[in-house]
Amino acid sequence: MSLLAVHVGSYRAWACIGAVAAMAIAGECLIAAAMRKLGDLDLIRAKSGMRGAVRAVLSSPLFLLGATCMALNFFAMLFTLSIVDLSLAAPATASLTYIGNAVAAKIFLRENVDRRRWLAAAFVCAGVFLLAK
Amino acid sequence: MKHRLTLQQYLILIAVMLTASVGDTLLSRGMAQVGAVDLHHLGLLWHALGNAYVDCGIVLLIGFFASYMTALSWADLTFVMPATAFGYVVVAMLSRFWLHERLSLYRWAGIVLIVCAVGFVAGGPSRTEDGEEQAAHRELDIMDSGAGR
Repeated sequence: MSLLAVHVGSYRAWACIGAVAAMAIAGECLIAAAMRKLGDLDLIRAKSGMRGAVRAVLSSPLFLLGATCMALNFFAMLFTLSIVDLSLAAPATASLTYIGNAVAAKIFLRENVDRRRWLAAAFVCAGVFLLAK
Repeated sequence: MKHRLTLQQYLILIAVMLTASVGDTLLSRGMAQVGAVDLHHLGLLWHALGNAYVDCGIVLLIGFFASYMTALSWADLTFVMPATAFGYVVVAMLSRFWLHERLSLYRWAGIVLIVCAVGFVAGGPSRTEDGEEQAAHRELDIMDSGAGR
């Protein structure tokens, strides 16, 4: 395999990994915002039953948008797994997603991401990479 | 701020940990059987849905999705995230003690880091409030203490 082919292959692999992570971050933030807006699902289920809880979730536009992003993320991950080894794809997408989620949760969800949570996100990234070695 | 979790909420977090890691492993095995998918043969992704491992993986990931959404309804995204990472530790421990595989020093170090991360977050509140909500709660607390006098 020529050096150019290796370079293009590597670029394509990282582009796929980046796209998977971006869709996961968008999906998780949208779903988290939807769930936060709805409130405790256990309470909704106790009050309106399982059907009421499912109806409440499915009628949330934020949830539908987030679920669409997660579905795209799923197919993108299947595509990525067919060209990149799981040992690289899983930890790389997971690490990018953890850090991206912490940043997005701070900016968009206005969560109080204190030093303890930043440290946790960094430890998870490092830990996932070490597990893949 | 909500801090203490009920037994049911802990069970949901355990379901988040287990279903994601096992589901991903089944998907990986299924896609290895289906073979490489390229941009010109995207239809193979639909063909993959006929694979039993992919189907079992999808069922587990639906279970993950349901428990994950339930967790997000009473906890922050940054609180639930390390719980999903703990699934990697579960898989590593299963491979060590059930499949009797050898774990390298790197992997033990990775396990220690993820366990520490879960410990950091689990020690804090499950739901945090932004500045405006905190101010509103402080006002309510002041009003409550005034009414109690």
